[in-house]
Amino acid sequence: MSASLSASTLLAVPLAPLAGSVIAGIFGTKFGGNLLGRKASHSITILGVFIAFVISAMTLKSVALDGARFEGTIYEWMVIGGLKMEVGFLIDGLTAMMMCVVTFVSLMVHIYTIGYMEEDEGYNRFFAYISLFTFSMLMLVMSNNMLQLFFGWEAVGLVSYLLIGFWYNKPTAIFANMKAFLVNRVGDFGFILGIGLVAAYTNTLNYGEVFGKAGELAQIGFPGTEWMLITVICICLFIGAMGKSAQFPLHVWLPDSMEGPTPISALIHAATMVTAGIFMVARMSPLYELSDTALSFVLVIGAITALFMGFLGIIQNDIKRVVAYSTLSQLGYMTVALGASAYSVAVFHLMTHAFFKALLFLGAGSVIIGMHHNQDIRWMGGVRKYMPITWITSLVGSLALIGTPWFSGFYSKDSIIEAVHESHLWGANFAYFAVIAGVFVTAFYSFRMYFLVFHGKERYDQNPDAHHHDAHDEPDHGHHGDHSQPHESPWVVWLPLVLLAIPSVVIGYFAIDAMLYGEFFKDSIFVDATRHHAMKEMEEAFHGPMAMALHGFTAAPFWLALAGVVLSWYMYLVNPAIPAAIKRACGPIYRLLENKYYMDWFNENVIARATRALGTGLWKGGDQGLIDGAIVNGSWKLIGRISGVVRWVQSGYIYHYAFAMLLGVFVLMSYFVWFKR
Amino acid sequence: MDVKTGLFYLFAVVLLFAAFRVITARNPVYSALYLVLTFFQASAIWLLLRAEFLAIALVLVYVGAVMVLFLFVVMMLDIDVSSIRQGFWKHFPLAAGVGALIALEMAAVLMGGFRLEGAPRGAALAAAPGTSNTLELGKLLYSEYLYPVQIAAVILLVAIIAAIALTLRKRKDSKSIDPGDAVRVKARDRVRIVTMPVTRAAEPVAAEAAAAQPQPGAKA
Amino acid sequence: MTLSLGHFLSLGAILFALSVIGIFLNRKNLIILLMAIELMLLAVNMNFVAFSYYLGDMHGQIFVFFILTVAAAESAIGLALLVLLFRNKSSINVDELNALKG
Repeated sequence: MSASLSASTLLAVPLAPLAGSVIAGIFGTKFGGNLLGRKASHSITILGVFIAFVISAMTLKSVALDGARFEGTIYEWMVIGGLKMEVGFLIDGLTAMMMCVVTFVSLMVHIYTIGYMEEDEGYNRFFAYISLFTFSMLMLVMSNNMLQLFFGWEAVGLVSYLLIGFWYNKPTAIFANMKAFLVNRVGDFGFILGIGLVAAYTNTLNYGEVFGKAGELAQIGFPGTEWMLITVICICLFIGAMGKSAQFPLHVWLPDSMEGPTPISALIHAATMVTAGIFMVARMSPLYELSDTALSFVLVIGAITALFMGFLGIIQNDIKRVVAYSTLSQLGYMTVALGASAYSVAVFHLMTHAFFKALLFLGAGSVIIGMHHNQDIRWMGGVRKYMPITWITSLVGSLALIGTPWFSGFYSKDSIIEAVHESHLWGANFAYFAVIAGVFVTAFYSFRMYFLVFHGKERYDQNPDAHHHDAHDEPDHGHHGDHSQPHESPWVVWLPLVLLAIPSVVIGYFAIDAMLYGEFFKDSIFVDATRHHAMKEMEEAFHGPMAMALHGFTAAPFWLALAGVVLSWYMYLVNPAIPAAIKRACGPIYRLLENKYYMDWFNENVIARATRALGTGLWKGGDQGLIDGAIVNGSWKLIGRISGVVRWVQSGYIYHYAFAMLLGVFVLMSYFVWFKR
Repeated sequence: MDVKTGLFYLFAVVLLFAAFRVITARNPVYSALYLVLTFFQASAIWLLLRAEFLAIALVLVYVGAVMVLFLFVVMMLDIDVSSIRQGFWKHFPLAAGVGALIALEMAAVLMGGFRLEGAPRGAALAAAPGTSNTLELGKLLYSEYLYPVQIAAVILLVAIIAAIALTLRKRKDSKSIDPGDAVRVKARDRVRIVTMPVTRAAEPVAAEAAAAQPQPGAKA
Repeated sequence: MTLSLGHFLSLGAILFALSVIGIFLNRKNLIILLMAIELMLLAVNMNFVAFSYYLGDMHGQIFVFFILTVAAAESAIGLALLVLLFRNKSSINVDELNALKG
């Protein structure tokens, strides 16, 4: 059955989760009177997301197999001086793929949440939020104009804020959600400057029209400087992507966002929201192809993120933070691919990464529940005996992450490495070094976590923070079973893990041909093959997924990954004293990594303090002193003083008034005598 | 210098002197009297200007009525002259300065703009036979200015009523009553009719006790 | 020198100035104040009559007529007010009339 791409069908995709969210959010919470119970809430929201997923799948089929496309306005909001502001959809290969990824991962997370948030009293609110997020992300990817893109962008930022601070009584959670929002705002500032420039010079926000005028835009210089306009636009748009996709230096919010419940770490901070920036740059490929400077910028930033965030992952002890830094590093990989003009590769990696990273996060969440909400990997170990399904799926996810041949991560990561290798832009050499070194680092920290959690001696009773429920401020759940031993999670938790493990293994193999070298992204992504020939070279070298996998065993990345696995096995299982020795020996480096390159210190003490000082200064000086004091208070005080003086004219003495009259006559007389000749 | 000019200077000097004395005399009665003198001189000057009616009217109305009124009031009020004269000359320089300036400016305006050459035209008019100042005034008043005359009459009426209403005082020892009050009173506000029998028999029993009782009461 | 309009006008001006001085000086004596006002009116009348004579226009004198009327009415009422004031305050000191203070 091939569903035609009709506007109403497509409209159901974002609206179904929205309806679920609104119903659960209003009627399931105190706001609407607590009318719906937990079962009703999760059923309604899951139904909404499921509908969205089904329609997305049908749409993908139409787009991929039948070549259907859709571009149209759903609702025209307003027209200002020729600039049309509308709600519209653009469905092509890129959109259809993103829709499927978003709805599938969201569906998995919804199901997972039934088990994970079982004992939380904000259950209904959580479901409402994640459905709302699904709606926002869908509006973002389905949009056909920059305004709606920006709407979706801000909306996902808002829901991310709400979800990170879900446990709003926790001060660390509030700090984290403010941090996420504010850092995103910095990125959004650049983003809106970019959108503004586009609107100013092309007088339209619709993708199709902007791309049509891209050629003219490339000729214009940015007034007052030597930069080209298109470079400035692309860099500004990328700054938005830096904020949303957590590139260096706007990456600081992502590790802190782990304060939110694990399902949202999986949904938002691994699979979907953080990929919005990557998606946006890929969508804007016609613009980026015109500016080599912007592409170099993207390349370098991505490379820095890919490598240096990986280093930070090595020393993390919180299971979620390891995966968070891994996400940052992989986002860096995607960005590097964008910089090398391999947009389809970046989006392909986005897709595979969504699956295995969501899998890893949900697996981590499963371990956390199993370990009775302990998140520190130093006090785990040997979990594979107690949580087999979680163990197997986490292993699958880790293998996919490090780029083991045949797993989906291999196809996408190796394609990125090759693409960077072929690129001749300024900074490509550094980027190539970074992505290659990153393979080793990725393998090392991934398997460090894997070995420490699932293998080795059981260290549960060594945890000095055990039974500190106030550390996580979660409701005291019924102590099921033996307290110090983990147990497998309920089926609602491991079923999504299994369902996510499947594409983590197979989707790379099956999709690479069509997506990278086929017609799938033909009209979504534009590559200027004459200037940026990385994709072309790769296409010539590609002989099918099987051949690529076999060739992969002989390539450097595989051996580096293997070296990373072996080293981590050795250091954490065979000889666990080595890490402590290295830490003592490399004290300064360790401290640097521990303090996250002092970026948080810098942000909090320099930037935040300066901003607060500026705010306080403007408040005390500008608002209180100048506006309230001088202008508002000053005006009445001045009037008071003047009237205090003028009041003496109304003395009440009649002869004063007589004098006044005489003086007035005198003045008038003088005027007419001397000045009005 | 002909007679007219000489007379003018005489009258003018006395006028100005008298005016000055009006404002600087110690005794307000003297001030009033000096004002009378001022008006007489003005009247004389107006006679020189062939405005006989106005000259006489000035004397009759102003001196005869208004100044008399002033004198009445001055003599009626018990004014503490000494306290009033305190600090009198302190302000004289300023006052003189302002006054001089006003005078100079007025003169500048009037002389600068109204230099009239030739003989006064009014002189010819007034000298014509068969006309008199009064006649001319009358002709104009009752034709062109009829309406303002009626209004002037009303103003005078209002002034009368106002003056009386302001100063009317009731005599303290007057026993007159407001007739309106008298008419408004009703019989029952003043008289109360009580029915009672004309005679009443005395009570015999209490007679002896009554005879015995009053004694201690009487003693007390 | 022959009499001209200027003489009468300057006379009027000086008279007016004198009355202004009188107002300035006599802030303690309300009666003198009223008399000074009469002087002012007299000065104005002088001007009118002089102009009437020199321009040969009777309207000036008509105006004096009316000024006279109004001045009479005004002094009558003014004096009635003075009497009332004296009744209430036992003084005609202008300095003490400050009840109009705002």
